[in-house]
Formats: sequence, C-alpha cells, structure tokens
Amino acid sequence: MAGENCYHCGADCGSSPVNFDDKCFCCNGCKTVYEILNENDLACYYDFESSPGKIPEEIKGKYNYLDNEQIVEKLYDFIDGDISVITFYIPHIHCSSCIWVLENLNRLNPSIISSQVNFPKKEARITFNNAKITLRQVVELMSSIGYEPYISLEDTSVAKKKVDRTLMYKLGVAGFAFGNIMLLSFPEYFQTDEYWLERYKPLFRYIIFAMSFPVVFYAASEYFISAYKGLKHKILNIDVPIVLGIIVLFLRSSYEILFDVGQGYFDSLAGFVFFLLLGKVFQQQTYSFLSFERDYKSYFPIAVTKINRDRTETSISIYDVQEGDRILIRNNELVPVDGILITENTQIDYSFVTGESLPVTKKSGDKLFAGGKQLTGAIEMEALQTVSQSYLTQLWSNDIFTKRSQNSIKNLTDSISKRFTIIVLLIALVAGIFWYFKDITMVANVVTAVLIVACPCALALSAPFALGNMLRILGKQKFYLKNAEVIENLSKIDQIIFDKTGTITTNKTEIDYQGEELKDIDKQIVKSLLRESNHPLSRTLYTTFEEVPLLKVTDFEEKLGKGLEGEVNGVKIKLGSASFVGTTVSNALETAIYVKFDEDIKGKYIIKNTYRKSIEETFNELNKHYNLGILSGDNEGEKKYLETILPTDTVFEFNQKPEDKLNFIKSLQSQQKRVLMIGDGLNDAGALAQSNVGIAVSENINVFSPASDGIIDASKFEMLPNFLKLTKKTIQIIKLSFVISFLYNVVGMIFAITGNLSPIVAAILMPLSSISVVVFVTLGTNIISGNNIFTKSDLVKKT
Amino acid sequence: MDIIFVMIAVSIVIAIVFLALFIKTVKSGQYDDLYTPSVRMLFEDEFIKKDTKVSSESKSINPSNNQ
Repeated sequence: MAGENCYHCGADCGSSPVNFDDKCFCCNGCKTVYEILNENDLACYYDFESSPGKIPEEIKGKYNYLDNEQIVEKLYDFIDGDISVITFYIPHIHCSSCIWVLENLNRLNPSIISSQVNFPKKEARITFNNAKITLRQVVELMSSIGYEPYISLEDTSVAKKKVDRTLMYKLGVAGFAFGNIMLLSFPEYFQTDEYWLERYKPLFRYIIFAMSFPVVFYAASEYFISAYKGLKHKILNIDVPIVLGIIVLFLRSSYEILFDVGQGYFDSLAGFVFFLLLGKVFQQQTYSFLSFERDYKSYFPIAVTKINRDRTETSISIYDVQEGDRILIRNNELVPVDGILITENTQIDYSFVTGESLPVTKKSGDKLFAGGKQLTGAIEMEALQTVSQSYLTQLWSNDIFTKRSQNSIKNLTDSISKRFTIIVLLIALVAGIFWYFKDITMVANVVTAVLIVACPCALALSAPFALGNMLRILGKQKFYLKNAEVIENLSKIDQIIFDKTGTITTNKTEIDYQGEELKDIDKQIVKSLLRESNHPLSRTLYTTFEEVPLLKVTDFEEKLGKGLEGEVNGVKIKLGSASFVGTTVSNALETAIYVKFDEDIKGKYIIKNTYRKSIEETFNELNKHYNLGILSGDNEGEKKYLETILPTDTVFEFNQKPEDKLNFIKSLQSQQKRVLMIGDGLNDAGALAQSNVGIAVSENINVFSPASDGIIDASKFEMLPNFLKLTKKTIQIIKLSFVISFLYNVVGMIFAITGNLSPIVAAILMPLSSISVVVFVTLGTNIISGNNIFTKSDLVKKT
Repeated sequence: MDIIFVMIAVSIVIAIVFLALFIKTVKSGQYDDLYTPSVRMLFEDEFIKKDTKVSSESKSINPSNNQ
C-alpha cells in the first residue's frame, strides 16, 4: 500500500494506512475528519479539490480558556442577546473546498447560524446561537475538521479595525461630477449660435456650478487639510500648488458664471480632482492577508492554564500571570513568561525569538525565556516575571516602537514641488506686471490662467501611478511592501545589514551522515522508526531518506528530549543523543543524532545550517552598490566560513542582543548612512523599526513576520539586487515623467501668458497631460520590470 | 421646447440615484472581498448524497492557482 496518498490531506500513507470506506488515510485524524464530513453529507468537500484537508491538531484542553467570558469578551464582533458574531483568522484557508466546508458549518451543528469566508483575508465570520453552543465548542468544532482558528493576544488588545471607505466615496462623487459637468459643457464647446443652446446656457452653467461644490468642498477636502498642515510646518509639499490650482480654478470659474462672463473651467476642475483621487486609490495597494504592524502580541496566546495549589486548573488572562504562579504549557504552546522549568526535560523551539533553528533541550530547574515553543508533551513551569517584564517583551518598551516615521526620507515629489511652486508664482507675477503695462483689463485673466495651467496635475499623478504599479509588480514577485513610500526609500539606501540565522540561512537543515555505511535494509529500519515520531528532528531526518518500503515497528518508545527506540525487523534500534545511546559527545558545537543497532553504534547524522542558494552571487551583486554587514545573535562559529564566501569588506558583528542590533543601526544612521535592515525574527524587530527600511524575510508569508516595511518571500531572496535596482529605475522613470509634464506646462503657459487660455483648451490640455503621463509611467515601469526579471532568469540558468 | 427642463431634471436625478447606489454598495462592503463570491457562486445549492455521487469529477474547479 506504500506510496498511496491520503484521501484527506494528500500526505504519503506510508506502511500502515488507515482504510475506511474504500479510501486510504494517513492517520486516524484524517479519517475522523472524513467521517464527520461524510456523516453530515459534506463529502463533496473532496470534489472541489483533491485532498484539500489538513491533519487536525491535538487540541484537548487548549481552548478551555474560551469558557472564561472575561477573557474572550473582546474577541467578539458583537453580541446581541443569543446571537454572537465573531471573526476568526484561519491560516489553513487555501482553496475552494475550504470556502465551501466553512460556509456549511451549520450542517455540522445547527446552532451555528451562518458563516462567511473572506478568502483573500483568510477569515471566517461566524454567527452562532450562544445559548446552544459556546465559543469553545465552535472553535473545537472547527479544529476537529482541520480549520483551527489562530487566536492571539493581539485580537483582544486592538479595537476592531474599521474599514475606511471615504476615499471611494470621494472618488464616486468626483467621478459623478466630472462626467456630468463634461456632458453639460458640450453646448459651450461647440460655440454655435444656435438659438436654443444660447437660451439654455445659463441653466447649464448653474447646474455645473452647483455640481462643483461637492467636488471642491468634499472630494478635495483632504488636499486642503494636507496643504494647510504643510504650510504650518513651513513645507511646500505637492498639495500646496494643487490647492492653489483648485482655489484659483474655482474662484475664477465662479466669477465667470456669476457675472455671466463665460462658462468657467469647472470641467477641468472636476477632472483634475477625479484624476488625483484615482491616483490615490491606485497607490493604496494593500495586501489584506499580510500585516506589517505586528509585535509580540500576535504571537502570544490570550490565556494560560494556571495550576492552583490544590492541583486544579484554571484559565487566566496572560496579563494576570503573577510571579510565582505555576503554569501548565501543553504541546506546541508558547512559553508566555520567563520562568523556571519544574517538570522533566523538555525541548524548546526558540527559532522565532533568537533565530536558532534547532530546538534547545532544557532540564528541570533551567530558566525558560518567554517566546519559545514547547515541543514535548505538557510541562509545568513557575513564572519568574509578569508578561510585560519578560526578556522578549521588554524590547517593545523601546522608544522606537512608539514614535515612528522620524526616519523617513524626504520624498521626491515634495522636493520638486517646492521649486515648482516658487517658479510658477514668479511667472504669474512677471506676466501680471507685463500685462499691467500693456492692457490692464487682462491682468486678472492672465494671472489666473497661469495658475490654472500650472496646476501640477501630471506632477502629482506620476509618482502615485509609477509607485503603485511597481508595488503591484513587486507583489507579484512575492516582495510585498507596506506602501508606495517604501519604494522611494529603498532607492536611496546605501547600507544593507543582514541578520544571519533565518535570513541568509534557510530553516531547512543539511544532514550529513558519518560512520559505518548503512545498507539498504538498515536505512529501511531507521526510516521506519523515524516515522513513528513527531519530534521535529525526526521529521527532518525522515524527509532526507529516499523512498523505501517501510517495516513494522514494535515496542516503540519515545523518550522526550533524548531519543527513540523500538524493534524493527528483529533489530533493537536506538536513535538519539549521545548519552541516550551510551557514547560520548565528540563535538559539543554540532547537533547530532546517533544510530545504534542492538549494541553496535553505527554512526551519527550531523545537522547543519544551510545558506540560501546563490548567496555568494547575491552578496557580490549587492556589494557593487552598497556597503554590507551581518548582525547575528549567534556565536562566531560560522564566521570563518562566512568570510570565505562573502565579499571581503562585509562587516561582521556576532553575539548581538536585540538591543545591540537596534543600537548598531542607530550608530550607522548617525554617520549619515541610510540603512536597509533585513531580518526575520522577533529579535530583529527593534533593528527593523530603527532602520530606514526594514524588510522581513519569511519562509511562509501567511505565518509570522515581525513588524516591518516590507515582507519578502524567502524563495525570492536571491532576487533582492534586482528588486533594489528596480526601485532606482522607478525613480528615474518618475523623473522623466516630470520632464514630460513640464513640457505640457510650457505649452499651456504660452496659451496662458498670451491670454488665450479658453476653457476648451484647458479642458483638452489638462486631461491630455495627465493621461499621457500616467500611460508613460505605467508602461515604463512595466518595461523595466519585464527586462529585469528576464535577465535574472538568464543568470540563474548560467549558475 | 421647455421639455428640456424636464429632461435635464430627470437625467440628473437618474445620475444622482446611481451615485447613491454606488455609495450604498461601497458602504455595505461589497467591494471588500472581490474573490470569494466568485468561487461561492459555483457551489451547488443541493447537497450530493453519498450514494448518488455521479460525475463529481466534472465539477472540479481549481482556483487555488490564482492566488
């Protein structure tokens, strides 16, 4: 039966598949899910997608705290009498089957009234009758079919985010006004002397006038506020000339209509505001399934199980943990506070906090730091500190997390608009003086025309469209940036600092075998034994074996923190630490799994970190334009090796605590360096926040990453030099588009200064310049990214 | 000829109705999730019983690669 895949989750069924209903399952968990779904007529779950499921996790007792109303109060969206509504984040949502089964939860339990999935956000909003089913039962029901919600401390601490849709309303209003004003302006454009057109002109003009009010006072309101703020801080940002243009347009047009001089420029005004808002919407690319603002709260549980003196268990909120409390930590739960281990040995996975990829063994009485994941059964510990005083959480009390944005670099558009505004005002002044002597009636006409034409529509549009489009292109390449500003900041970077573990190394490990060569049958024996264990090291080692038929294991036993033993094919086999198999450790710095057959030690598997592929090329490429550095929390063990593969002028700093990393970045910045920090764990969070741009590397973008300006998928790490090059080229494109928009302005200026700017010229010139600039930057960014990604794929082929 | 007053009024009222409808749909959150409804509408309303499972292969849809 080996080689057959599980009907539920698609994993290899191995030597002992569970057969049920003519189908093959890898474990009882998967079979149970199938049974549940089948009994409730939900079996077409398997029709939309083959093997869509997930092995349900062991959750016994994990959600007991959900019965404590005080703790979970804040999780609800709202409660009204018997009806509760709650939104869960469910990381496993990945296909149409998931949507289907989650939206049919009421088939499994009629007390659930409805459920609705938001696929891009991986969320399910569930309405249930709280008189008939408790929140804990809902969560357990979902977990039992493999859709365990992810509930973290953050869910309780932040108020539910309200979606801000005002920009869409404004866009709607501006678009409505723009279209209608254009239509009603048609009779004016033709300038025929037809009787009925002449007769209705005033009517049309007043309707247009009325429609311009919501555009100026509602749709454009943000620009007024921003310009006012800018002026208050004595900054001439891009919004100042925009607002100047809007005001002049509005006043002059109102004057023309009220005094029956002409039709005004309301069509240009509405179009201008509409295009500006369109640019804003385009730039507002967000990745709804990613969060860039995480702190430790997203990783911590809401509640922990406290063991009272009389050995009873109660769930308490994590903030209520006091010094000296005894806490129960189940398999795969997080250590919430610093404390002392009371029960037997355990394995703690600190990969997220320190970046160390292998679990650490702790003995009874050892100190446990908050943030580690507990891997072996259930343990008990005694809290030494409260949550906020723990080693990891203290990092967040640093100032850098409370006040941000002081390290943002001045953006290009604003710095150009400053000169632009001054020049435009000068031209208006000179033209005004000239006409004052030539024909005094034309002064107001010309000055306003200059200000109208100079309205920096194209200037204000090129950056949003270029950056917005680049954001999308990079997003498709799995390089997700928080906002468009990050692209500009990235283009100005001159120093790049990397974290070592997890950033330039992979989470995957390389395994070497040393010792007496294993025969095929021996490999079968080792692999069969490994299959029985869920320990991360066993799983890693298991995957390195090629496909071999598996054998039956008897007397299997897993000694937590030590190793595995069992009898396979008549051989008593032991796998585990040196002391477990009864030998001495030959090298204390390496992690090894020893293999013992009966009384004979065959050899050991050595587990090493591996560096990301083509790390050398990536670094050499980056070294051409940037200063590089490595900051590691690890010891200097790998320094020699790193020095041989990385460029010679790379800076190395080892044994860096999270605060040290932050301070190192700070000291670089005080030397006028613009620093890009690339890290992955919570220990880099401070450095990521301090740096000018902080990018998090993530093996799985749906899971964790610390707060940052951007997230890069680990598989795209080698593309980093290209991405940085792209940001620089994007800025060049924007600069070129500025040149084009200035050319349009010069043409418009000529009309304006000579006093010939009729409304129809403005109505053609302004949208034309805007659209051509938008087309130019969109095409430009597409072309440069196409070229760049193409050359990279060539490079990969060569190496 | 004054029919034009009525026509203009009617056309503007219709345009305003559309604007109001647009704002209403935005407010209701219709544009927040543009993906899930496209999958949802392909699901069968009726549940397929275990013993009447026919032609289940032909219904398979595979949106997971559009992510």
